[in-house]
This record gives sequence, C-alpha cells and structure tokens, in this order.
Amino acid sequence: MSTAITRDYTPGFYEGDRPKLVTSRFEYEDSYTLERYLSTGGYDGLKKALEMGPEAMSGEVKASTLLGRGGAGFPAGVKWGFTPQGVWPRYLVVNGDESEPGTYKDRLLMERDPHQLIEGCLIACYAAGLSQCFLYVRGEMAVAHERLADALNDGYEAGYIGKNIMGTDFSVDVILHWGAGAYVVGEETALIESLEGERGMPRLKPPYFPAAIGLYGQPTIVNNVETLANLPFIAANGSAAFTAIGTETSPGTRMVAISGHVKRPGVYEIVNGTTTFRDIIYGNEFCQGIRDDNELKAFVPGGGSAPWFVSDQLDIPFEGREASAAGSMLGSGAVMVMDSTTDIPEAALTLTRFYAHESCGKCVPCREGGTWLLRILERICSGHGTDADLDQILEVGQSICPGEMPHAASERIGLDATPFPYKMTTICFVGPSAYAPLHSALTLFRDEFEAKVVPAPKRISIPVAVAGS
Amino acid sequence: MSRLTDHNVALAREIIVRYPRKKSALIPLLHLSQEQNGYVTDEAMRHLAELLNLTPAEVLGTATFYEMFKFEPVGTYVINVCQTMSCALLGAGKLMHHAEEALGIKAGSTTDDGLFTLEPAECQAACTGAPTLQVNYRHRYNVTTDAFDALIDDLRSGALSSEIPPHGTLGRNRQQIPADKFVGAPDPDDVSEGPAWVPVPSPANATEDKS
Repeated sequence: MSTAITRDYTPGFYEGDRPKLVTSRFEYEDSYTLERYLSTGGYDGLKKALEMGPEAMSGEVKASTLLGRGGAGFPAGVKWGFTPQGVWPRYLVVNGDESEPGTYKDRLLMERDPHQLIEGCLIACYAAGLSQCFLYVRGEMAVAHERLADALNDGYEAGYIGKNIMGTDFSVDVILHWGAGAYVVGEETALIESLEGERGMPRLKPPYFPAAIGLYGQPTIVNNVETLANLPFIAANGSAAFTAIGTETSPGTRMVAISGHVKRPGVYEIVNGTTTFRDIIYGNEFCQGIRDDNELKAFVPGGGSAPWFVSDQLDIPFEGREASAAGSMLGSGAVMVMDSTTDIPEAALTLTRFYAHESCGKCVPCREGGTWLLRILERICSGHGTDADLDQILEVGQSICPGEMPHAASERIGLDATPFPYKMTTICFVGPSAYAPLHSALTLFRDEFEAKVVPAPKRISIPVAVAGS
Repeated sequence: MSRLTDHNVALAREIIVRYPRKKSALIPLLHLSQEQNGYVTDEAMRHLAELLNLTPAEVLGTATFYEMFKFEPVGTYVINVCQTMSCALLGAGKLMHHAEEALGIKAGSTTDDGLFTLEPAECQAACTGAPTLQVNYRHRYNVTTDAFDALIDDLRSGALSSEIPPHGTLGRNRQQIPADKFVGAPDPDDVSEGPAWVPVPSPANATEDKS
C-alpha cells in the first residue's frame, strides 16, 4: 500500500445538485491554480466590485446578511460598519486558525481554492477601505500554506494583488502569516495579539469588536475564511442571488463537516437554514446513516464547544436560532456523530482534555477549572470516581459558567431544553467550552456516568473512650 | 552556528518589511530559525531579538506559548497522532498504542536514531479521515496499524522525502512579493485620510451608515 497520498477526496462534494457557492471548483484536480480559477469565473467578482465602487459593494454585503462562519454567526456587513469614521490605516485579518474539534472547512477552502479566498479578501479590503490584509493560517496546515503562497505569488504576478490592482487605484498587499499551534488564537483578539508577535491570549473586553480598536490599536476587521470565500459570489451575482438561497435569517450555504460514526463522513456544502440534522446524517446525498446501521446515541451539532444533541433533535434545521432554542449552537459547522456503542464519559473526556490543554492560562476559571474537570473525568473513566465527583463537576462548572446551563431536551429521561447561551466568567469561550459539552453529556446521560462511579465513602465516627465513662 | 545564516537573514529582512511593526514578524522568523536548525536554539532567539529590536526574553516569552516551536532537538520526522473526539471515536487510542510499540518509544519522546519523534496531538482538522496523524504537519488519513507500519518504512527508506521535508520546514515554497508590486506596510501611527480608492464620506453618507 502506498502512503504517498496527501489529498483527501471526501465524497459528496460533487454529488447532488445543491447550490455550491464556495465549493464549486472542488471537483477539479487543479482547483487551486490561477488558470483554473480564471477559467471558472475567477476574479469576476473583484472586477464587478471595482466597477461598483466601495460603497455599493459594502451595501451589497450588508444586503446579503452574510453571517460570519467562524462560530459567533455575526453579520459580516454589520461588523464592517463598526469601524470608526475617518480613522486609518485599517487592517483586515483573515482568521484561518481553524482548530475547533470536528471542523475543517477552512482548511479545504485554503487548500482547494486559495484564489477564491484571496479574491474575497481583496473585495473586503476594497469595500471596507482596509489598507492591508493579513492571512493568518494555522501553523499545522502546511499544505494550505504552500497552496496559498503559490496562489499569492501568481496573483501578484498577474496584477490581482499589490499595487494598482487590475489597473485601478485600488492597491493592497495580502501577507501570508503563519500560526504556530494554539487553539485559543482562533479568538479574534488573541489572533490580533499573536499577529503582533505576542503570546496569543485574548484581550480584555470591552471593546467587544476589534473593528474599533484592533491590530496596533487601529480599526481591524477579523473575518473567517469561509465568510470571505462567499464574497466573490456575492460580488459577481449580487446579494439577491445570495439571499435567494437558504432562509431569511440564514441565507446562503454553509460548509458542514460531519465525522464520527457515520457511513460517509465528509465536508458538505448545504443549503443554510433548511437542511435538517436528519438530512445530514441519514440523507442519501450526505452521510447515508450510521455505521453498521447502529442506533444514534448523541451528536455534537456545532463543533467541540457545543452542548450535545440526541435523536430528539434530529429534525431541527441547521439554523442558528433554532439550534439555540433547542439548547445548543451551530458554531463552526461541525457535526460529530456517536452511535449506540459509544462510551459517553470517554467521549466527553476527549473534548474536556482538548479544552484543558488549550487554555491559555489568562483567566483563572478556565486555567484551573478546565484542568480540574479533566482530572475528575479521568478519575471517573479509570474507575476511581465516586458519586460525589459527579456533583463536583457541576460545582466546578458553576464557577466557569454561573447560572443555568443550556442543554437539549430528551424524551428518554423526560427532560426539557434549556436554551443557549450561557453566562461566563472568562474572557473567551475556551473555558466554557471545557464545561458545556461535559455538562450536557452529564445531564443527558447521567446513568452512564453513574455506572462508572462508586458511592463516596460516608463519614464515619470513631468513638473515643472517655475517662470515667 | 545556530544564528541565522546570511541567506536567512536576507529572507528575514524581506519578511520584516511586510509588517507595520517589526515584532509581528517574530513568529514567521521563529519558524525560519526552526527550519534552519530543526529546533529553536537559544542563540537563534538572541539573534532574532537583535533583528527585531527586542530583548531575548520577549522572544522566549512569545516562542514558548506556541506548541510548534521545539526548544530541544527532535526527530527528522515529528509524528503527531490526533487524540481528539472524532479520531478517538474511531480508534486513535489503538493507533497511538500501536505507534508506541512500533517505534519502541513512549509518546513525547524521540527514537535513538533521531529519526522519529512521536507526540499526541489535538484536533488536526481532518476529522473525516479519522483516525489521522501528521508527519511534519502533512496529513495522513484513515491510518490503520498496517498503514502506520508502511508509513514508517517509507519514511525510513526515504520514499517520501520529496513530499515530506525534514522537521522545521513548513512550506517548501514562500510568498515572494515583487518589489514593484509591493504597496508597503502602512504605519499605524500615520493616521491618514484613508486609501486613495475610498471616497471621502459626505455628511449625508455618514448618517446613512449609522442607520
């Protein structure tokens, strides 16, 4: 067996006649070359934008209600509008530090269609009046870096990037920047810190948006790779063509990575807002059901940080508000499926270990709490836990996320949903992410945790012989 | 020897001018030094501090935050076996166990011949191909125990050397910006009126934006 294969052709990209806005070129072997890009409508969006002018272009983005695809789902056009008037230079930072467990849409967008991302960056710079663009790519993505470097070199050569783009006044550099392995850098203020050459720790908020005070204290737009990859389509075809797909609150498409115990895992571009989890997991076009036709036990709906869903939630569409009401979130668009053979506490342990490992150490509840949760969970999974440990998990969790925690409804145990979001005592979402999935697992499958623990030893009294009695 | 070579200093200077402030180039330059030496040496960090007008402590402070920087020699091939959820559900634990036995070392250590370092890793963004591992940050998908053995044989025999460069080299190519196309990094302290292509907002437009 040869091992010299680096390409991952996950099935499903090409099949079905779903609208494909960002993965339209994935079927070509040479999808990452400039020749292929130009022969399939590449840089047409930028051309249209340059004809339209910056104000009309940013108007189009606003009208498209393109939601950020990084996790928070904030409308991109509104975010751009937060830049203060008359303050320059402004920067664009592209968040390509994708490392949420289960997610890998951005890596594919960078590896398979780097020019689409670059064009998106240029359109954003043009529309929002940004002076320089930094493409921050996660360090562990070596192939993405190589493809982007080639694409940028070709783009500069052909006059699409740099001085006087396509013969106009529009001039902007796109700088490829490397990360070096830190999950927390996906948080936008940590990303900015890292780009400034510092330790990648999130900044204290407010200001809540780096659009006001960001890189070097200047207005900075931080956008996710997938968000920007949508811009060429919007520019070339207009916002109406974009909003015609999906629902009013969630227009366009989304890339969803489905992994775990399914027959055909993959990254699929789905219609936003209408496709349900049942479609994704059982649909013929998508994952085609659970492996060995097992029963579904639980699934993670939106990346490792999200509270879990069970089969009761299968008919919820992939839409932010509906998922929140049901007690979780869509986050970065990653579904991880667990079948009936899954050991729930062990599965929860892998996620808690991730977040405990990735805590940057700035906020105490995350630094200490995450590790504490991990230690308790390791104890439970190795058979040394007691029933007091289960309550201890909830108590530690309360100091990271005080108050009611979101969780899904479950008919099996007669539980109603608590809607998203939670409150938090940390600056960013790494701390709560160590707890939220664990909390939902413990709430939905307490019986499995209880099966692994023994009763805590009761306090015993040892009588003392008192003189004279 | 572990200071940057003249060739790499020239590269470093090219990278530094791309950023409005020098310190931003620190992580790319740490990668460059790691590419040269296989790991980040004390001497290289001192040299970077000189190049960027920082103290060596500032360089160390940043470098130690990031997992990809190694401060002692590692194997030519660093093998990261993913341990996070999707991979764990599909046998990452078994794969790691096999890797330890096949290489004869515990995770986190390096073989005596200096060829392999084995490390547990967190999500590598390749969950569809679980269980996955990376060799010097190049993915391998759906790794069975047999595939792992074949991979080790290929790495030993050099069959993959064109595809997988030694540890430290992340990209086999670099971004090169032609001097005549380079716009230049805008100084954040230079509060300008904005780029040439942005029309100066009239008061009417300003109120429109707020709505």
